[in-house]
Amino acid sequence: MKNVATIIPCYAADTSGVCAALYELGGLIAVHDASGVNSTYATHDEPRWEDEPSMVYVSGLTELDAILGNDEKFIADVVSAAHDQNPAFIAICGSPMPMMIGFDFDAAAREIERRSGIRTFSLHTNGMHAYAEGASEALLTVLAEYAELDVEKQPHSVNILGALPLDFGGAAPVQSIRTWLSENGFSVISCLAMGDGISSFRKAAGASVNLVVSYSGLAAAQYCFDCFGTPYVCGVPVGAAFSAQLADALRQAERTGENAYPCASRSDAAARTAVIGESIYAGSVAAALSVSGDPARLICPLPYADGILADTDSDAESEDGISAALAEMQPETVIADPLYRFILPQQTKHIRLPHYAFSGRCFETQIPDLTAARFDTWLAANKSIQSECTGF
Amino acid sequence: MKPEKPPVLRIAEAEAEGFFASGLEYSPPVRGMWNIVHMGMLVPEAHQIYCCAQGCLRGVVLTAAEMNTMDRLSWITLTEEDMFNGTLEQSLTEGVSEIIDKLPVHPKMVPLFLSCMHLFAGCDFDGVIADLSARYPDITFIDCYMTPTMRTTIPPVPQTCRQLYSGLQPRPVDPAAVNIIGCDRPTDPDSELVQIIRNAGLTLRDLTLCKTYDDYLQMAESRLNILWLPTAHAAADALEERLHIPQIYLPAHFDFEKLRDNYVRLCDALGIPCPDFSAVIADADAALRTARAEIGDMAVAVDYTVVTMPFSLAKLLCEYGIQVKYIIAEAAGEDAEAFAWLQANRPDILLYSPNNVNMLHQHENPPEPVLAVGQKAAYYFASDRFVNFVVNGGLYGFSGIRKLSALMIDAYHNPKERRPLLRHKGWGCESCLLS
Repeated sequence: MKNVATIIPCYAADTSGVCAALYELGGLIAVHDASGVNSTYATHDEPRWEDEPSMVYVSGLTELDAILGNDEKFIADVVSAAHDQNPAFIAICGSPMPMMIGFDFDAAAREIERRSGIRTFSLHTNGMHAYAEGASEALLTVLAEYAELDVEKQPHSVNILGALPLDFGGAAPVQSIRTWLSENGFSVISCLAMGDGISSFRKAAGASVNLVVSYSGLAAAQYCFDCFGTPYVCGVPVGAAFSAQLADALRQAERTGENAYPCASRSDAAARTAVIGESIYAGSVAAALSVSGDPARLICPLPYADGILADTDSDAESEDGISAALAEMQPETVIADPLYRFILPQQTKHIRLPHYAFSGRCFETQIPDLTAARFDTWLAANKSIQSECTGF
Repeated sequence: MKPEKPPVLRIAEAEAEGFFASGLEYSPPVRGMWNIVHMGMLVPEAHQIYCCAQGCLRGVVLTAAEMNTMDRLSWITLTEEDMFNGTLEQSLTEGVSEIIDKLPVHPKMVPLFLSCMHLFAGCDFDGVIADLSARYPDITFIDCYMTPTMRTTIPPVPQTCRQLYSGLQPRPVDPAAVNIIGCDRPTDPDSELVQIIRNAGLTLRDLTLCKTYDDYLQMAESRLNILWLPTAHAAADALEERLHIPQIYLPAHFDFEKLRDNYVRLCDALGIPCPDFSAVIADADAALRTARAEIGDMAVAVDYTVVTMPFSLAKLLCEYGIQVKYIIAEAAGEDAEAFAWLQANRPDILLYSPNNVNMLHQHENPPEPVLAVGQKAAYYFASDRFVNFVVNGGLYGFSGIRKLSALMIDAYHNPKERRPLLRHKGWGCESCLLS
């Protein structure tokens, strides 16, 4: 069954995606869910929680309030917290129980905004989808809200869209991407959503091209394309050779105004390496391998968009489906989170690439910065390490 | 600007039933308290299965991952379609069957956890358990609940505690055996409680001591259930009703007279003479006096996670001259008598909310250096001088007071880096974060 897992974890959910996307922006985020449930996000999905406190809270929904439809409790509590904490904005989102009782988040947001005088967004999560779905809606919402229309285009400038700790682990890889862009002649106008605030987003329309580093940033990129005419390029600068291609793609997109998907540039059906992970980031890893003469396929268990996967990739999302895809492919090497080791075929070499959205804190100190040539160094070092495909 | 919902107030102004107004909740990065996954792992040869939405699964699955026990937990996700297409029970039965069929060996027990959504959707859980039991007669299926929305009816921890003992089946009574139930770690063997049982020649059974599923099943033979954590009441009541095992509740007081009364009641229940506790009481008294002398006038903060009766502990410490000035808790609970004493005798003690949103930055500006008793106290008061355990840490009785006093002295003299200790999920459990 597609919704069953015997031994691997599940990915972070859409509510965590919302919280992660908005974490650094000075807003108050209220998740309508039962007491204590926010510890899942705070513990397993948010590496910034201990060092950078942010106004991310849970409503503490009870059965009585759910059954009686006591929406007023949630609205009043959010308004009260906003009074005490004066956030830049308020975002509300939901979990399974509000979905079950038909809670109207749009109406609640309007009422909270009316009472508090603070701009309030409703985000339509229910805890039943992957983090990328929630993050995508959140990033699109804040960009659409704050990006100003009358901003002059700056040549050779980019927005980085879709940067989240859930995919990159921490600030270092994102900082490296900024540095890489600078080295390639691009200035960074804003980064959604690590390291920059709302004031940067106001100038987002000034970018000449957008770099989309995860699916979470794709909807925002499409918005910029539709509203500001800003083309986007999907990919993460992984490996020296692929990074050079990505930089060229940015320059070309800036010139032509056409979107590009370098992360999907691979097509060798005889690939002996599989990469499991997020469509644009792990896809870029697969593309980087292919560029370097080691053809690879992506297995993407997460949401993806048209044009992001290569024809030979797999979108298997369940434990069974991923196992079947691996069995069919018979890869010699799999690059994947360490907690995939349980389902990899015996004799397969496993190169561990921890993904925070999958294994949370378990391997947080081992999440590498793969930017540009660092990937080549990392890969060479890991190829020599004995793999461990443990099964049960 | 005065907050609408202040996170702190003087104890003299607090209502015992609840100190703070309800509101949005903050989750401080303090992870020592056990959750239902940690509890389920106590049953030997059991395999937990959770069926719920992805967002709810994430926390339980990664709890197991951090414990290095992914091979003892599986899951089934719920989707919107499951709620509407009339196959809720069938997909549950088939999903559990698929998991069991893939396991290398059949587990002895499967605690099957359903979610709030199942309860609201009217899932026929009895039918599912019956179907699975018929399909796998060698496995005991236990209905369990991850239903935090229903916490005002019964919170997840006492509910899980109750259900985990529901695999016990009637057996002939062994008059030479008693249980301690409801604990997440063994009761200190040095405690008078364990000593009384051992010295009476009785076998002590405890889920935390079980090595095999048969050990677990043997708990049904015991003549008495002893509990000292309030979260064990529902389990004890269920076992008394179903297996007719009588129970005795010995609250974890920090009061010499009340502890002595506990032991008198225990010895009466066991039909043995009550020992003389003069020596252990003298030891506890001396340890407290030493603690006072060593700690001096340093402020002390106590929280509700470290012991089940934080106000009783605070009262005892105050009686020995130790400067308890801060308590983190939401309500007095079963500790109302000690709470009232503190209101009358230490009215300026400040109560802090554990999860009020206005506690978000509390740790950045603590009012003064403190000796913290408990993890939340350590975090909110930014103290590396802290006693690090949860839910009494297995300590009990006069010896527990003596040992806690020693731990306070040690914490005072030997600061420890709090961050790695506070982020460890499930105090006392294995953790990949420590390797």
